[in-house]
Amino acid sequence: MNMNWFNRDIITIENFSREELEHLFNIADKYMNIKFKDSLKGKIIANLFLEPSTRTRVSFEVAAKRLGAEVVNVTGEYASIKKGESLYDTLKMLDSYCDLIIIRSPIEGSAQFAADICEHPVINAGDGTLNHPTQAMIDLYTIKNTFNRLDKLNIGVYGDLKYGRAVVSFILAISKYDNKIYAISPEQLKIRNEIKDELLNKGVKIEEFTNLEHVISELDVLYVTRLQKERFVDLAEYERVRGSYKLDLKSLEKSKPNMIVMHPLPRVEELTYELDSTSKQAYFRQAKFGIPLRMAILSLIFGVEV
Amino acid sequence: MEEYEMKVTKIKNGTVIDHIPAGKALSVLSLLELTGKEGYTIALVMNVKSRKLGIKDVVKVENLEINPNLLNRLALIAPEATINIIRDYKVYEKRKIALQDVVENILKCNNPTCISRQYNEPIISSFRVISKKPLKLKCNYCMRYLNESEVIEQIVERSKF
Repeated sequence: MNMNWFNRDIITIENFSREELEHLFNIADKYMNIKFKDSLKGKIIANLFLEPSTRTRVSFEVAAKRLGAEVVNVTGEYASIKKGESLYDTLKMLDSYCDLIIIRSPIEGSAQFAADICEHPVINAGDGTLNHPTQAMIDLYTIKNTFNRLDKLNIGVYGDLKYGRAVVSFILAISKYDNKIYAISPEQLKIRNEIKDELLNKGVKIEEFTNLEHVISELDVLYVTRLQKERFVDLAEYERVRGSYKLDLKSLEKSKPNMIVMHPLPRVEELTYELDSTSKQAYFRQAKFGIPLRMAILSLIFGVEV
Repeated sequence: MEEYEMKVTKIKNGTVIDHIPAGKALSVLSLLELTGKEGYTIALVMNVKSRKLGIKDVVKVENLEINPNLLNRLALIAPEATINIIRDYKVYEKRKIALQDVVENILKCNNPTCISRQYNEPIISSFRVISKKPLKLKCNYCMRYLNESEVIEQIVERSKF
């Protein structure tokens, strides 16, 4: 049993050391080819999703079921939150019924709030524009799996860097290692100041660009993210930036031969389907790794062996 | 005798808050949760000459020795303020104010989708002080900044009686 992981809340990627992540990746490797184990038999996991989700919700559920746990899904549409019940009361109930709570919410800080309230471990599956730590773990795992290392790479992040929680968590995760980060986005979608300050305080090598063409030839990884329509307070502003960035085959012409394109998905119109069949496409692999990685997370939190 | 002392008589017992930046006396009362309804005699002098500040405000509260925790709040808008606890017309104690590392339940996060802003949740706002000069706070829930002008704006807004 790894005591650093046992019974632990997963709220932000910043709380995890490189050693702890390395241990997680070793466990995920072991789960890569395991279809079923009953090591979590008798455990009940709550999947509280107050925002739409396909990959995160399903992969947590599949991961739990592959380990023999039961899953209860509580979605925004059918939860009593819709009737005006507080998140606090909802969490109090789930904490008394279940052994672990996975939460996704449009409200920033919900996961920390949940962890403060609940006795059982809480996993943040995305809170507003803030954090998506398990996605960041999957992203690191994908890079490690491809390049056999997590450092000395030129990492491009491209798209909505202002509102995208997955990309912000990815930046915070990859900056734990010695890499150069190219933040490429339209002017209006640059990284928020509080994140930029955090990175600069840590001495992270990060540079901002507005044009992908100027840097594409230097990148080893290009992490694309969709425009987060649901986070725009002003829809007119959304319309102004809509379509302001897009990745297609042509934009990759000058890229390195072994460069990969990642995307936390879903994609909307920023990533063309023509890339799917190229060797640079890594996003479906990235999505697939969600299962072994989340199996590893659950087994570490519950303290069970592979 | 200083100019303001001619305007407001000395108090026998209580608290004198001196060297408040000019115009902030009402905000000081608001931060100290003094509304006037508590029954204490409160003297408030605004825009008096000061060697240290040019002009300043002064607040005197009779028969109340203000709690040090409440006084520390003043560091948000009046970090140079001096506090004298008066007993029997004499300065019994000079208290210093210091901004705490965490500011709780005083200010509101400016991000409407922060958990601390949700009206039906039992939660109090919580900020970490990341810079004292200029003042800069960071929400402990959503990580958004609250800068000095936003802090002052919130406190002034609250002190409009």
